[in-house]
Amino acid sequence: MSTAWTPAAQPDSFVFDAASEEEIAGVLCKYPEERKASAVMPLLYIVQRQMGRVTGSAWVPVVAMDVVAQRLGMASMRVYEVASFYTMFNTRPIGRYHLQVCTTTPCWLRGSDDVVAACQKATGIQHFGETSADGLFTMTEVECLGACANAPILQVDDDFYEDMDAERTAAVIAELRAGRRPEPGPAINRSVSAPVGGRKTLLPSSTADQK
Amino acid sequence: MVRVIVDGAPVDVPPGSSALQACEAAGKEIPRFCYHERLSVAGNCRMCLVEVARAPKPVASCGFPVSEGMQIFTDTEVVRRARRAVMEFLLINHPLDCPICDQGGECDLQDQAYGYGSGISRYKEDKRAVTDKDLGPLVKTVMTRCIQCTRCVRFSTEVAGTPELGLVSRGENAEITTYVEKALTSELSGNLIDVCPVGALTAKPSAFHARSWEYKKTDSVDVMDALGTNIQVQARGGEVMRIVPRVNDDVNEEWLSDKGRFSIDGLKRKRLDRPWVRVHGKLSAVSWKDALIALARRFDGVPGDKVGAIAGDLCDAESLCAIKDLLQGIGSSNLDCRQDGAWYDTSARSGYLFNSDVSGIDQADALLLVGAMPRHESPVLNARIRKRFVDAGRGGFPIGMIGAPTADMTYDVNVLGHGPDVLADLLSGKNAFAEVLKNAKKPMIIVGHSALTRRDAPAIYAACRELAQTCGALSADWHGLNILHTAASRVGALDLGFLPGPHGCDAASMLRGGVEILWLLGADDVQLERIPPETFVVYLGHHGDAAAKRADIILPGAAYTEKSGTYVNTAGRVQRAFRAVFPPGDAREDWRIIRAFSEVLGHTLPYDTLEQLRAHMAQVNPVFAQTGQGAPRLAGAEGGLASEATAREGELMTTPFRPVIRDYYQTNAISRASQTMAECSKVYGVAPVVAAE
Ligand code: SF4
Ligand code: FES
Ligand code: FES
Repeated sequence: MSTAWTPAAQPDSFVFDAASEEEIAGVLCKYPEERKASAVMPLLYIVQRQMGRVTGSAWVPVVAMDVVAQRLGMASMRVYEVASFYTMFNTRPIGRYHLQVCTTTPCWLRGSDDVVAACQKATGIQHFGETSADGLFTMTEVECLGACANAPILQVDDDFYEDMDAERTAAVIAELRAGRRPEPGPAINRSVSAPVGGRKTLLPSSTADQK
Repeated sequence: MVRVIVDGAPVDVPPGSSALQACEAAGKEIPRFCYHERLSVAGNCRMCLVEVARAPKPVASCGFPVSEGMQIFTDTEVVRRARRAVMEFLLINHPLDCPICDQGGECDLQDQAYGYGSGISRYKEDKRAVTDKDLGPLVKTVMTRCIQCTRCVRFSTEVAGTPELGLVSRGENAEITTYVEKALTSELSGNLIDVCPVGALTAKPSAFHARSWEYKKTDSVDVMDALGTNIQVQARGGEVMRIVPRVNDDVNEEWLSDKGRFSIDGLKRKRLDRPWVRVHGKLSAVSWKDALIALARRFDGVPGDKVGAIAGDLCDAESLCAIKDLLQGIGSSNLDCRQDGAWYDTSARSGYLFNSDVSGIDQADALLLVGAMPRHESPVLNARIRKRFVDAGRGGFPIGMIGAPTADMTYDVNVLGHGPDVLADLLSGKNAFAEVLKNAKKPMIIVGHSALTRRDAPAIYAACRELAQTCGALSADWHGLNILHTAASRVGALDLGFLPGPHGCDAASMLRGGVEILWLLGADDVQLERIPPETFVVYLGHHGDAAAKRADIILPGAAYTEKSGTYVNTAGRVQRAFRAVFPPGDAREDWRIIRAFSEVLGHTLPYDTLEQLRAHMAQVNPVFAQTGQGAPRLAGAEGGLASEATAREGELMTTPFRPVIRDYYQTNAISRASQTMAECSKVYGVAPVVAAE
């Protein structure tokens, strides 16, 4: 019994583990009891992370949505709607690492095509939405991640790898394959989203002084 | 009141109204898809655009609140162009399949496209297609036609209280689905077909059967439950093709239960279309004349008090009146309309009515259900309770229930216990819910047939009455002690005094051989196996159900769509149904058969026409003079010629209430003959029996 949205193979049950329960307690205490349905998104994230932790594939199965619905006293359908609306909830199984390549205009102008190609080459994935044969990587296309100053961006799970090009992308993937997570952030000589090579304006000897 | 100017004409509307409502009040029609009066406002189709003075752009009138002096323009060039643009977008992904669409001819999109659609499409790209969903045996889906108005989602969530439909995913991929494939579990699912403005949700059983303009439409009254839902029977070529609800805010708003809507195939199957007489143990078909003469011969020499009649659940008041007159004419007072053995307080009409009226539910502020399961006994009434529950907000409408619910009630209930002993606790204040009832301004108690069909029914009713008295449910302007009936004929029969006379037998003793000739007027749900073989059984009814098999003479009558009849709903509202089609074969209207027989018997009934009969009914009980929509409900009027004593006190027993309806989809001869209903029972199953203690 499945529809276009629900993969055929679903786990039979889902139970929050101790770590998740602790997180849930922290989330629920932010909402008044009768408005606890507001916690649906944080809880879906908790499900997704637990699935990643336990099974190596961070996704939200239908049973887990039902569990969330029950926990929050809402209809299952309402949870399905939320989970399917937001692309950040994976409603089907994914690889261990989720490669999310931003291809929106700024990233694209700065070479996101190369990043995509590098991902494909390194993982053997052909198209967006596919998972590599070894089950390690899933590559998806995402819209602007809000970090255009550091374009192009490759988001791996929750981390941003910035200022990517083909070479750096390959290096990140190689590290991930080796079981290590490289340091996220800018890959070139800059601090966060500051200009390359240090400040260009508001330098100590300002032009105002010279006037 | 707020004064707004619609197209130059001032109109006063209550504060909080929307611009769309103001335009309607001014007599301007505003096209809409997502807006529905009885659902929350979604504002997502944008078809209802109007111009408002000083607003920078057209506004969606359905969600735009009115303010004093607001100027609305409904027919400017801007408005027309805006609506045309919206229509163009709606049609982008809508298939051009009107010729094969069941909604064709009654489709909002088709109608509006006529006014606002462009003759050509500028869209060259691929259209999207959406996979159809399986929503069970009643609702067929063609999801590519869906325009995502979300009316169906709001209906199932808000009105039906079964939030199983949703809009999943987003943008281009958005679709209406149950997500995990399953059949809708609502007894009101047929209404989705009515609320869907396009052909995305249509009736599965009647798919491709007829076009909406081919129907002959007749106003009628639903008999599948005692609510008296106002319906329109749509027929073609002498066959009932479809039943849809009519709007009546005092009864059903604009909803109809699934059984009322989809039992119609039962009207064509297992019908009795000619008289039958049992000769040497075998039924053989005979002519009317022979049947009536044979029957009259059997009556010969039988003393009047050895003849009795039991009425079924679907009878019209006319036939009840005729048979009562016939029996009384020959000196019998063996009459009973309670084939389920229910007990009512018949000392006054208010003893067996839903006294607050159905619309009274909207005012109640606390509810106690005693042995009633409204979701199965009257789904539309249940929706009304749910509406009140939702409108009242958190804790605003506390609902207590005695008896185990056999399904989700669609609102929060506090199950106080399973047997009538809880009533004693409520009376003594031992049960905390007594406080809730006391604090309510308009408390309501609904007594159902799980309570009234027990041996201790009088005691239960007496306890409920006392409880109603102490909690203030019986005041000058509020009568909150209500009986929820399950049989469409029951209140009418009680109003006519279709009850055993002083020395008459009741249904149980008639069945056990108390009479020599037993006339079953559509009574199929009696315990037939109790009838001794020597009792001569006359069956006047329309279906070859269980009772017809036992009968010695079968007189084929008309089903509710085939006769003009009067029905009194559970709230005592007298309503008229009109004939939509003719009965099959030799079957005739029931009262005419009785009238004809009375002549053969030599006790001719004093009426030849329906009008005369109805005038006679109005003499028997003046309530029958008040019919039609908007007619006053004579709640206080003295009822019937009842002879039953009032509340006979007795002991409350502790045995738990048993549900009276175990399988919602098959409760009477018509629904049992319906294949659609049979399939529903298969899909939805039978309610579990509550374990007796
Ligand atoms: S199925 Fe019908 S009612 Fe439901 S969203 Fe689509 S068009 Fe609206
Ligand atoms: S375009 Fe890629 S982060 Fe904004
Ligand atoms: S009717 Fe107003 S937006 Fe749909």
